[in-house]
Parts: sequence; structure tokens; C-alpha cells
Amino acid sequence: MTPPNAVPVTPAVAGLPDLLLSMADDEFVIGFSDSEWTGIAPLLEEDVAMSSLAQDELGHAAALYDLLAELTGGDRDVLAYDREPPAYRHARLLDHARGDWAMAIARRYLYETSDAVRLEALAGGSWAALADLVGKIQREERYHGLHVAAWLDRLAHVGGEPRERLIAALTALGPDAGTVFAPIPDEPGLVESGILAARMTELEARWRAAIEPTLERLELPQPPPVRDPHEGRTKHGEAFDWLHGEFTAVRRSDPGALW
Amino acid sequence: MSEGRTHLEIARARSGLGGGAPDAGRIRTAVEAIPDPELPVVTIGDLGMVHRVEVDPGAIRVTILPTFIGCPALELIRDAVVEGLTDFGRPVTVTTSFETPWTSERISAAGRAALLAAGIAPPADPDDVRCPYCASARVVMDSAFGPTQCRSLFYCRECRQPFEAMKPV
Repeated sequence: MTPPNAVPVTPAVAGLPDLLLSMADDEFVIGFSDSEWTGIAPLLEEDVAMSSLAQDELGHAAALYDLLAELTGGDRDVLAYDREPPAYRHARLLDHARGDWAMAIARRYLYETSDAVRLEALAGGSWAALADLVGKIQREERYHGLHVAAWLDRLAHVGGEPRERLIAALTALGPDAGTVFAPIPDEPGLVESGILAARMTELEARWRAAIEPTLERLELPQPPPVRDPHEGRTKHGEAFDWLHGEFTAVRRSDPGALW
Repeated sequence: MSEGRTHLEIARARSGLGGGAPDAGRIRTAVEAIPDPELPVVTIGDLGMVHRVEVDPGAIRVTILPTFIGCPALELIRDAVVEGLTDFGRPVTVTTSFETPWTSERISAAGRAALLAAGIAPPADPDDVRCPYCASARVVMDSAFGPTQCRSLFYCRECRQPFEAMKPV
């Protein structure tokens, strides 16, 4: 598809490419991870749901890569597929191996709640091309939030093994949960230019305050602080090397082919 | 377009324009009449996806509002718009925009009626969804996610028929 033509003013804000890359990589990696559940989810409806969620997230990633390509050149496929693992800037929250269904729900819950706070801080921002896209993304994400909240409740309430698995998943992901808010290079410029409503540390505080009552009500563990926030989007590890091998396999099989 | 001249002549003959001012209204009507590739019972006009049609003597520019950002039908829609406007004999460019977000409220009354006739409940709050076959309110949502990004799965307890509903967005 032809990229959106609505990129009227290209703001010369140093942190903007890094912001777009971090968001696009987040959506791309969670979208691809969701698609891994197609065919093996615990219910037929969840096969459909995860496939549909994946399609939404990959669509968001494509639109964000398009915006980035408008700023810096290149194209969405090159951005998505032609980098080596260390060059990706998604949050480390998304670097854990697929795991079980509780892990998929815990990952989606922590990511979707974080993403919602980030989107809120970008909606109505000063760069129309991004603010408009964010407005549209928010309408789709509402369904994602409802879906994952219902599953979190279900696994937490049912007790026994599902609850134990959910707690294990939240405990494993916890130390990386806040990495969606890892600092972005030149972040102050993004705030001063009105593209982003507040610094990432402030957004992280908003996110923790937003999820605390839910986790408390369900008697689930609150995520601890991130150990090394400055490496939250750069140190990816083996699970991502594997995922990267998967999502670049087709592209590498016939470089330059049009699908 | 190598055969541009011939095309233009044919288009003019068909449209009766005779090389005068481009007929923006007719071009817009032609764009709006293009069927949605995933739901061919409705047109992209019915769905409210046609945002802007700009016509000048040298070019036609069409701006589409995607129903969902990652909708795979967008490629097919773009090709269909280009093909559907061939007779106007001018290069056509199709772009997407999020300047105005597409919402399910943009679907016209005719579009809602066509969806219903095809067995797809038009977008509504889940509590207000009615069975497209028997109009019963005794329906349950089976899954918010369906066969395409814009549809949910429901089941009618009255006539025991599964059906799809367009998501309200």
C-alpha cells in the first residue's frame, strides 16, 4: 500500500526516529509473537483472537515504519526484516520465550497496559501525522485491552494450576515489565516539541498507578522496578535471536522477492 | 500509460465530456461504487471509506480511510480503484490517511441494510446486536474477534444460528 500522504511537516526533532522505531519494533515483535499462537491456542476462539490481534499489531507496526521511512528514508520491509537482532529497539518485556498460555496473557497484559499509557501521551500531540495514527490505533487497542483483561481475571480467579502459572509468568516477566518506558535518546526534545506529553519516567509512574488496583484486587504480584532501564531496549538475548530467525526466514529465503 | 491517448478518447466518448472540464462528481461516484473485496455486498462508498477524490485534468488522487490499519484488503481496494477509473483516462494515485479516523458510524443506511441482508449484523453495541436471520435479541457474543479484523462472532439462541457482526469502532 502507498504510505500515508499525510506527513505535511517533518519536524526536525532529534528523538523522533528513535521514538517511532521503539514503538514500531514493539508492535512488530508482539504481533509476531501473537501470531505464533495461531493453531495452538487453547480454544478455537483464541486461535482466531490471537491471529486477529497479531494482524492489528503488525498493521500498526507497518504504519509506524512507514512514518519512520518518511523521516529517514528506506521502506517498511527493510526496517522490519533487514536488521540484525542487536539493532532492534523493542522493549525487553517482549524478549521472553513464548512459554505457556499464562505467559502469553501476562505478556499481553503488561504490554497492552503500558502501550495504552504511551498512546495516551501521544494522542493530540503536535505532529499531526503521528497523532492521527495514534488516534486510530487507540480505537483498535480498546478491543485488545478488553480481551486481555477478561483472560487475566479468568486465570486469576479460577485458582489451582492456571493461577499458579499466571503468577509464575508475571514473576518471570516482572523485572522487564517497565522496559516499555526505557528512556529514549533525546527524549526531552520530544516533550519540548509537544510530540510526547511527558517523560518516560513519568509515564512509567502513571502505568504503575493504573495497574496497581487490578493486580491488588486479583492478588497478583506487582512488577518490581526495572534493574537496568538504560538497557531496556538494547539487550535482547537468546529468545529474541530465535524469534528473529523465524520472522526473517521467508525474507532471507529469497531476498528482494515481492510477495 | 502508453495507450493513454486512445484511452482518453474512449473515455471522453463514453462520458460525453468531449475534453471539457473533468467531471469530479462522476469520478467520485465511480470510486464509491467499488465493492469491498472482503464483503462484496457493500461498496467502499457504503462503508464510508472514500475520504477525498481530487480531480484535475492531469491526474486523479483518491484518499481512502482504512477501516482497520492493517486491513489486508487495502491493497485490493487500491488496485480496484485504479482499475475502476481506467475509463477516465488519467493517472490515478490512491493513498490512505488517518487524518479522519474511520469509524463504524460512517457506514451508510444502505450499507447497513446490505450487511444485514448478507447475514452480517451491522455495527452496534454488543447488547444491541440482533440476529440477522430472525431478529432475536437472544444472542451471545462468542468471540470479539472473527474471520476479519472488522468482525466479531455471535450465536443466536433463538434460531440456533452462528453469525457475524461488524465491530463497532
